[in-house]
Amino acid sequence: MYSEKVMDHFMHPRNIGEIPDADGIGMEGNPVCGDVMKIYIKVKDDRIVDAKFQTFGCGAAIAVSSMVTEIVKSKTLDEALSISKATIANELDGLPPEKMHCSNLGADALKNAIVDYKSRHAQ
Amino acid sequence: MKICYFDHVATNPLYPDVFEAMVPYFKDEFGNPLSIYELGTRAKDAIEKSREKVASLINAKAREIIFTSSGAEANNFAMRGIALARQNEGNHIIVSRAEHHSILNSARFLEKNGFVVTYLPIDKYGIVDPERVKKSITKETTLISVIHGSSEVGTIEPIREIAQIAKEREVIVHTDAVATAGNIPLNVKELGVDLLSMTAHQFYGPKGAAALYVREGLRIVPLIYGGIQEGGRRAETENVPAIIGMGKAAELAKAEMSFRMEHSGRLRDRMIEGMKRIDNVYLTGHPAERLPGHASFCVEYIEGESMLLLLAAKGIYAASGSACTSKALKASPVLLAMGIPAALAQGSIVFSLGRENTDDDIDYLLEEFPQVVQRLREMSPYAKGWGDKKAEVECV
Repeated sequence: MYSEKVMDHFMHPRNIGEIPDADGIGMEGNPVCGDVMKIYIKVKDDRIVDAKFQTFGCGAAIAVSSMVTEIVKSKTLDEALSISKATIANELDGLPPEKMHCSNLGADALKNAIVDYKSRHAQ
Repeated sequence: MKICYFDHVATNPLYPDVFEAMVPYFKDEFGNPLSIYELGTRAKDAIEKSREKVASLINAKAREIIFTSSGAEANNFAMRGIALARQNEGNHIIVSRAEHHSILNSARFLEKNGFVVTYLPIDKYGIVDPERVKKSITKETTLISVIHGSSEVGTIEPIREIAQIAKEREVIVHTDAVATAGNIPLNVKELGVDLLSMTAHQFYGPKGAAALYVREGLRIVPLIYGGIQEGGRRAETENVPAIIGMGKAAELAKAEMSFRMEHSGRLRDRMIEGMKRIDNVYLTGHPAERLPGHASFCVEYIEGESMLLLLAAKGIYAASGSACTSKALKASPVLLAMGIPAALAQGSIVFSLGRENTDDDIDYLLEEFPQVVQRLREMSPYAKGWGDKKAEVECV
């Protein structure tokens, strides 16, 4: 059902947890439908220096969260904003079609975290 | 790796004696039961013996058993076959919210074709109230179909009471006994049902053989037209090995019934007791009126598919009614109809036991499962509670 890479990130997820003094927090999804992702980022000089996640959801959702927090580290905010659902799915060697819509929320949660950082920063 | 198979509602392994009984019909005894030479008549005789064994499991007469290819076919056959046979008497059909998709989707098909369907609500245990059945019957009602035992929550429905009400109003009653036949004693005369569906692979028989009990004298319109097999009610060149396997499985189920019930019932009670030690885990379905080998739960703050994957990595196989687990990405309609909040239904997990499970299996599960729950809760944004979740919002 899942690629080896998905299973690896599901069985051994990277970057689990909260960042208590996060610079931005983004959430996406709805437990009623399926998956919910919460992403915390730490930003320094417009660059993401740390990212962690908390996820309620299926194997794909957890693997997506793990992958997005991995690839976003040391990226500039603009680079991070260009990460798409397809980028993450490709990095995971693909996702089952029915999981593309509901479980692939990592890019959206990340975007929300960056928006949150920017709104805090603007003040 | 140790394998603990706790998914007997999905299917059962083939009992070795059943396999042995089937083997000759894959080899030398390959005849078509309609052929007039001995190779054919031997196959025909074997099928009739099998029919007697299947009938005996539910206290029916052999001629009241129609073999089908699956439980889903038996359910489709009952719904469409009776609705059409009685359409001059009325166009109203009653089913419950606890039904399997093969009943619900048959009901929807009939709705699209001019029939009116009432979907009976279920209570928090998944039980259909016979009084609601009574109130739902109209002059137009021809058929009521209520599941006997739920594979999702284990609840056993008050079919006898429902059948009695139906009989008083001359309404035909079908029950989907796929999850119960071969697992608890069934007596169609005592239950008072007119039709009953059952399938072999739920009691250690093969896939590809199932049956619909049709009370003697009841007219049913065929689903499959063709030759004169099954008294002209269901055409096919019979799946002889599977039918022989079903007969053998029925014979063994009858002989072992009390052992199986006692064994899986005791293991189930141990499992439920052990699960109570984990916080925020709720038993779904009726605590007493349930299948002997069935233990189903909702685990709060985590999701079913991820539980299944972590359990599978430890060799433990189970099922879930969560939206993410279903290919249709919809949470189990039965859980939702029971009033379980959708976010909690996402944490559905179903363990179903069988004759080959052991106390060691339960020990192993009770050791591993709390770790799985803890691990997933540690990464859940809801580990400290649902907060202001949008959980009650309808999913689009």
